[in-house]
Amino acid sequence: MFEALAFYVFASVLVASALMVITARNPVHSVLFLILSFFNAAGLFVLLGAEFIAMILVIVYVGAVAVLFLFVVMMLDISFADLRKGAMQYVPVGLIAGGILLLELISIFAAWQFSPEASKNAAAPTPEGVENTVALGRLIYTDYVFAFQAAGMVLLVAMIGAIVLTHRQRPDVRRQKVSAQNARRPEDVLEIQKISSNSGV
Amino acid sequence: MNNFNPVEFSAVFPELFMAVAAMVLLVAGAVRGNGLTAFISWSVLATFAITAMFLLGIDWDSRTVMGDMFRMNPFTGFIKLLILAGLGATTALSVRYLYEEAMARFEYPILILLAGLGMMIMVSANNLLTLYVGLELQSLSLYVLAAFRRDNARSSEAGLKYFVLGALASGMLLFGVSLVYGFAGTIDYSAIGGSLATFDGMPVGFMVGMVFVLVGIAFKISAVPFHMWTPDVYEGAPTSVTAFFALVPKIAAIAVLMQLLYGPFGGLSAHWQQIIWFLAVASMIWSALAGLVQNNIKRLMAYSSIGNMGYALVGLITGTPQGASAVVVYMTIYMIMTAGVFAIIMCMRRGERAVESIDDLAGLSRTSPLLAYAMAILLFSMSGIPPLAGFFGKLLVFQAAIGQGFYTLAVIGVICSVVAAYYYLRIIKVMFFDEAAEPFDRQMAFAKRAVIALSVIFVLFFILKPNMLVDTARHTASALFSG
Amino acid sequence: MAPSEFLVNYFPILLFVGIAIGFGLLLVVSSLLLSWRRPDVNKLSAYECGFDAFDDARSKFDVRFYLVAILFIIFDLEIAFLFPWAVSLGDIGLFGFWSMVMFLGVLTVGFIYEWKKGALDWE
Repeated sequence: MFEALAFYVFASVLVASALMVITARNPVHSVLFLILSFFNAAGLFVLLGAEFIAMILVIVYVGAVAVLFLFVVMMLDISFADLRKGAMQYVPVGLIAGGILLLELISIFAAWQFSPEASKNAAAPTPEGVENTVALGRLIYTDYVFAFQAAGMVLLVAMIGAIVLTHRQRPDVRRQKVSAQNARRPEDVLEIQKISSNSGV
Repeated sequence: MNNFNPVEFSAVFPELFMAVAAMVLLVAGAVRGNGLTAFISWSVLATFAITAMFLLGIDWDSRTVMGDMFRMNPFTGFIKLLILAGLGATTALSVRYLYEEAMARFEYPILILLAGLGMMIMVSANNLLTLYVGLELQSLSLYVLAAFRRDNARSSEAGLKYFVLGALASGMLLFGVSLVYGFAGTIDYSAIGGSLATFDGMPVGFMVGMVFVLVGIAFKISAVPFHMWTPDVYEGAPTSVTAFFALVPKIAAIAVLMQLLYGPFGGLSAHWQQIIWFLAVASMIWSALAGLVQNNIKRLMAYSSIGNMGYALVGLITGTPQGASAVVVYMTIYMIMTAGVFAIIMCMRRGERAVESIDDLAGLSRTSPLLAYAMAILLFSMSGIPPLAGFFGKLLVFQAAIGQGFYTLAVIGVICSVVAAYYYLRIIKVMFFDEAAEPFDRQMAFAKRAVIALSVIFVLFFILKPNMLVDTARHTASALFSG
Repeated sequence: MAPSEFLVNYFPILLFVGIAIGFGLLLVVSSLLLSWRRPDVNKLSAYECGFDAFDDARSKFDVRFYLVAILFIIFDLEIAFLFPWAVSLGDIGLFGFWSMVMFLGVLTVGFIYEWKKGALDWE
């Protein structure tokens, strides 16, 4: 009973906030609603027993991705009112695409209902006597070590890509060079000269 | 897999070597700066050569390693060699170009190396998870490469377009994978088929999943109707990157498609044959028609690559060892011809600037006859005129299709290749019979000469020893069907 | 563990969320009900500087903010991999330990690259 109640609360807030993401006039509000929907999705994952994914959703998506979205919204400085003007003409296309996806999801759900063999293949997020996070940990670093290391390479490429595409060396900026500054000695840069009085420099 | 097994380990050694080399070169570049770009480029080329040697040195017997995540067999081995050759050719071609276009930054060759690593992982995948990670490693590097000239609006646009559509395709692939996992309960290539056999009849969800996976891969090979990004990206990206896009990722994606369709989705051949049939026909027709009105040679090559993927799909659809070996031969010949054509496109420079319109080739036979004859031979081969190599590639795939009763498909293919021949021949006409335009800049890097020469020699003399390639392809393709 | 049984662990969090929402609503509603309001034109007009705003308060952010944010995400993801590793280290043994060390090594290479490129410096 309690689970059902929690599910409906999370799910309805999720759908409502997702709608607000695409209808809010102010893009910053959209991002804030996105954060709300992430939190509710995390709640749904907890109900499913997938605790690790729920926490990752909060840490990575709310903590980092949403912040990035805010930066991007601020950075682009697009007049969203203008952008929105033409958006109505795409509504039919969007509805068709969304409708097809919905039909597919329904047919899949129906297939699941009518093919009892499928559910025997379902894996439990919390195997007998093991917590979800521990169960994941046992697999990721041993059985799936190859994909894990390859994921590390993907992150490396992401770093290189971000720097290649956005980092600029500014020529007119005087950077701090700690070691050079520390290695500077008075003998190298200072010159003491005696100047006799009344003659000027 | 809780312990370290050196025998298993040897199968992934080439990939491991590439990853380590990428990291070492990255640190070297970061420490020493962009002055090292040429050195790093040649080191990357050496890395490809050494990786190929390691690959040739290890055992190619069919086996899966790393907890069944990674597959080694004659097919993956041969495809990986082909990929390494393509990577080597594009790296060699781009070194001079990077300096000519003032975009010499050391990340460029390293990104090519990492993209190559992604393709090797993709091809070796024995698990949908490995496939996805490899695909992302490859795609992410390609997005960055497309936008590499970030101060150029066209290049940035190409990168952005490719990224947005590519991310959408990856999302579809991943959605498909999740459906397959939901119904089959496994993502292991070798186990999916077995799990499917326990159902009475085909679950709809599994089929929808397969369709989504196919859509994701069709996007990567730019088969019509998932080709929209190709002309814009090919045109906007720096030419050396376009050459790379045309040559290598296609081979990796076709190889993945073959492994998926003949392996885990083998039991569904009646269903996927319809999809592949449509993709093949649409790609061939659309590329033949749209290619006719192109004036930019890079755009033309984009449509040409779309069409070539269509012909490869004609061989792929048969699902027989004969068809599979025809595809392998076709892709090998395609890669070698395209490498030569792009090397010539990269020679099209006038007054220190790259030109890319077809009219710029006018009268090339008088200003630089050797280049014009090389281009003519390669284009004749691409349009499938005997006795050049391109003809045999097409012959083999059509033969395979007819052998399996795909008559309509073969007829459409032949008609399309006749139509497409028109736009290849038009370039030849412009080069030989039009009023001579100003000559191109004279200096030609050694790498370009080498690539053009090798490509032309291969195309011309393939007929003398066709069985060398065909037999190898037959041997490698049979590995796909031996389980 | 039955699902409902493990959800009991989340009861304190639910309680916390409930109290937070309730308390927030209480403050808003009570200020709406209890406060003394008598607005007029001058009270509602722009003040302090004496001018209406000239243009949008939103100005373009520098792309460097984006670079910092994306580098943050990458390391955030790296940290995310550390949680399951930390709780299961007893089960996965030396192999698991070294596989994480390799993963961290790859990202350390990326970190050296970032540092040397000056992507971590603001100016």
